[in-house]
Amino acid sequence: MATTDIHIQHDVHHHDDHSHDEHHEGNFWTTYIFSQDHKTIAKQFLITGIFWALVGGTLSVIFRLQLGFPDMNLEWLKPILGGWITPEGKLDPEFYLALVTMHGTIMVFFVLTAGLSGTFSNFLIPLQVGARDMASGFLNMLSYWFFFLSSMVMLVSFFLETGPAAGGWTVYPPLSALPQAIKGSGMGMTLWLVSMALFIVSSLLGSINYITTVINMRTHGMSFTRLPLTIWAFFFTAIIGVLSFPVLFSAALLLIFDRSFGTSFYLSDIFIGGEALPHTGGSPILFQHLFWFLGHPEVYIVLLPALGISSEIIATNSRKPIFGYKAMIGSMLFIAILSFIVWAHHMFVTGMNPFLGSIFMLLTLIIAVPSAVKIFNYVTTLWKGNIRFTPGMLFSIGLVSFFLTGGITGIFLGNSAIDIQLHDTYFVVAHFHLVMGSASFFGMLAGIYHWFPKMFGRMMNAKLGYLHFWCTFIGVYLVFFPMHYIGIAGFPRRYYSWTNFETFSGFADLNMLVSIAAIVTLSAQFIFLFNFFYSMFRGRLAPANPWNATTLEWTTPRNPQHGNWPGEIPSVYRWPYDYSKPGAKDDFIPQTIPYSETPESNLPHENELIKLETSNGHGAIIVEGKH
Amino acid sequence: MAMHPKKFGVWLFMVSVVMIFGALTSAYMVRQAEGNWLDFELPTMFWVTTGIILLSSATMHWAYLSVKKNNIETARVAISITAVLGVAFLVGQWMGWTQLVAAGIHLVGRDASAVSGSFLYVISGLHGLHVVSGVIFVLVVLVAIFRFKIHSKNLAQMEMCATYWHFLDGLWLYLFVFLLLYR
Ligand code: HEM
Ligand SMILES: [Cu+2]
Repeated sequence: MATTDIHIQHDVHHHDDHSHDEHHEGNFWTTYIFSQDHKTIAKQFLITGIFWALVGGTLSVIFRLQLGFPDMNLEWLKPILGGWITPEGKLDPEFYLALVTMHGTIMVFFVLTAGLSGTFSNFLIPLQVGARDMASGFLNMLSYWFFFLSSMVMLVSFFLETGPAAGGWTVYPPLSALPQAIKGSGMGMTLWLVSMALFIVSSLLGSINYITTVINMRTHGMSFTRLPLTIWAFFFTAIIGVLSFPVLFSAALLLIFDRSFGTSFYLSDIFIGGEALPHTGGSPILFQHLFWFLGHPEVYIVLLPALGISSEIIATNSRKPIFGYKAMIGSMLFIAILSFIVWAHHMFVTGMNPFLGSIFMLLTLIIAVPSAVKIFNYVTTLWKGNIRFTPGMLFSIGLVSFFLTGGITGIFLGNSAIDIQLHDTYFVVAHFHLVMGSASFFGMLAGIYHWFPKMFGRMMNAKLGYLHFWCTFIGVYLVFFPMHYIGIAGFPRRYYSWTNFETFSGFADLNMLVSIAAIVTLSAQFIFLFNFFYSMFRGRLAPANPWNATTLEWTTPRNPQHGNWPGEIPSVYRWPYDYSKPGAKDDFIPQTIPYSETPESNLPHENELIKLETSNGHGAIIVEGKH
Repeated sequence: MAMHPKKFGVWLFMVSVVMIFGALTSAYMVRQAEGNWLDFELPTMFWVTTGIILLSSATMHWAYLSVKKNNIETARVAISITAVLGVAFLVGQWMGWTQLVAAGIHLVGRDASAVSGSFLYVISGLHGLHVVSGVIFVLVVLVAIFRFKIHSKNLAQMEMCATYWHFLDGLWLYLFVFLLLYR
């Protein structure tokens, strides 16, 4: 049980501690805007993420109007959309594509990557590992401001004459590479690339900080095997990010050269209006390889933090140790590794060698194993637990449900033969919206409900939380479940209009149902918004440890200041899941309680550890190394 | 496992740079395997710049050792030479490009096989950009040495700079050998 070297961080931190003191009485600008405090940066990410979630959600409702009510007159949207509504009161077909593209980009990158990791990795890593702040507060601040810039650039692209990018969130060339191809491939696409480049910088700065902090800045006694699963999840997420986002950068770089400098990395043999383009010799499939080498890991960048958050919340609110702590870590590690070697399952129908396809099929299907381990462990943690249905808990259970229903369809899609029918249909849309979109979104909401007391010192209203949960949970299934049927029937995604096809007109009512459910679900989010902002100022004052949880963040003051703990950083003596330990006085033992104080509940090997607790001044366990 | 957090951050940054070039060189190989590929000779200048950057790694190490022994005078000389060699490398790469142009290899070609040239320019150019960032870092450290801000008791910045510089050297060696082998 020896931990890694613990002294070093003192030496290292010497300088930083000084600057902390100087920072204490910052003015408005350094406290709220250009703050280097991880908690403030987390809130900045959260608020920006919520803003984008609203924009992304609204976009989806607009294109759902087109799909659910193809004959509807959309004249009334003219004040907002202006020229994008045709004189006949219809949505401009090219703008429809722009809406789908922006919806995907915003949700995947801005909401579920920056909004989720940015908020919770920033907020929880220092608080849960016992550090005063991130390894580099300055780079952390830069990370937010790069994200902000990236957001601004994307936002500006909405107001272009030619509209924002419209080639899908995956921006496949040649469509995205040729400004002649579609309006959105002009300036809109350029801004998309600029924005994503800034986003990649932001994400890398963030990830580098998260990894460094987890490895180097843990408090006394916080060995890796005592880290809460949230931290493990953020840690793996950051590693995946460092390894995969640079590849997206390379993909985008070559695309920029093709678009702006006339090279032919991705372009070949293209005729527009009967004229051959000068580009020749490139391969559009190359882009897909590069893109999905990021793209598939990216879906886990989105999902893993949500899984970590729900592990924590489910254990706390089941009042039980998480079932299979090491198995949870192991399966996340396995998922992280596998995520780099399955990318070609997005490319089964690109004319790939069928043998290669079957290798990728095999690797893809193996992901089901660690995923199933995780679901099993969630269920066994809940099993016979003393469950407290807090809003955070409900959303976490909802996540498990979506992860299961959405993951199962992944197994269908992972079969290269079945995928020929299902590829690019609404079946894929249903799959990834459940497993990635909804599951991660629920993880994010669960995290907000659970850690709101720590973020703002007040409680959110639970009744409104329940209402929000049930509306959203039922709404999500009403939106995405029918899409499976439509998809199996062959209904293609990203089609503006389908009413001309005899085969598909039978789905008109199903599509209408989906659209109505989408509108209701989006509206339900305003319950949350009200609750969020109202509770921030008027909510009930939060007790120090509202959920009786064991982790370190609940040992800070109600409103932790810069530096998190007023005195020394507490030491850690046990793992974070001592809930309902037999013999213990309470049904939870915080990580800061030494075994020497809990003789009534110690296991034999834990009694052994007591000697080590007192053998050195800090009461931490053995220190390796020569310091 | 624990180390200076900022140094650790530099390592992680280098990992992400490796991924960028890993992606570019694999794209190169995938595209080459599809055939229709223009064989090219690397410009002779690239051999010279390879020598220059190797040498600069040596002077960087010299600077580092001098700082460690508090030989600030020597360190000043060594770090200045490193900076000059860094700039010389960049100039040399530029001249290498002019040689390429003279040999008829352009960033943009009219021929299906010209994409090999595009790769050559993009890969060496992106590496050059990283060297620009390295030179800036060296200059920052140079100023700090001249102001006695870096000495044997305050080595972190020097170490990070040296690590990054050696990394850029190693990265170029990888790219150079790669381009030699996979023409
Ligand atoms: C058992 C596990 C899983 C398997 C076997 C699987 C398999 C697949 C396959 C084969 C596709 C491509 C379908 C097509 O385009 O024809 C796909 C699409 C997708 N999957 Fe999964 N998946 C799994 C889990 C996940 C998870 C956990 C996430 C996210 C957290 C996810 C997110 C996505 C996304 C975003 C797409 C669609 C991307 C697009 O084309 O726009 N999948 N999945
Ligand atoms: Cu995938």
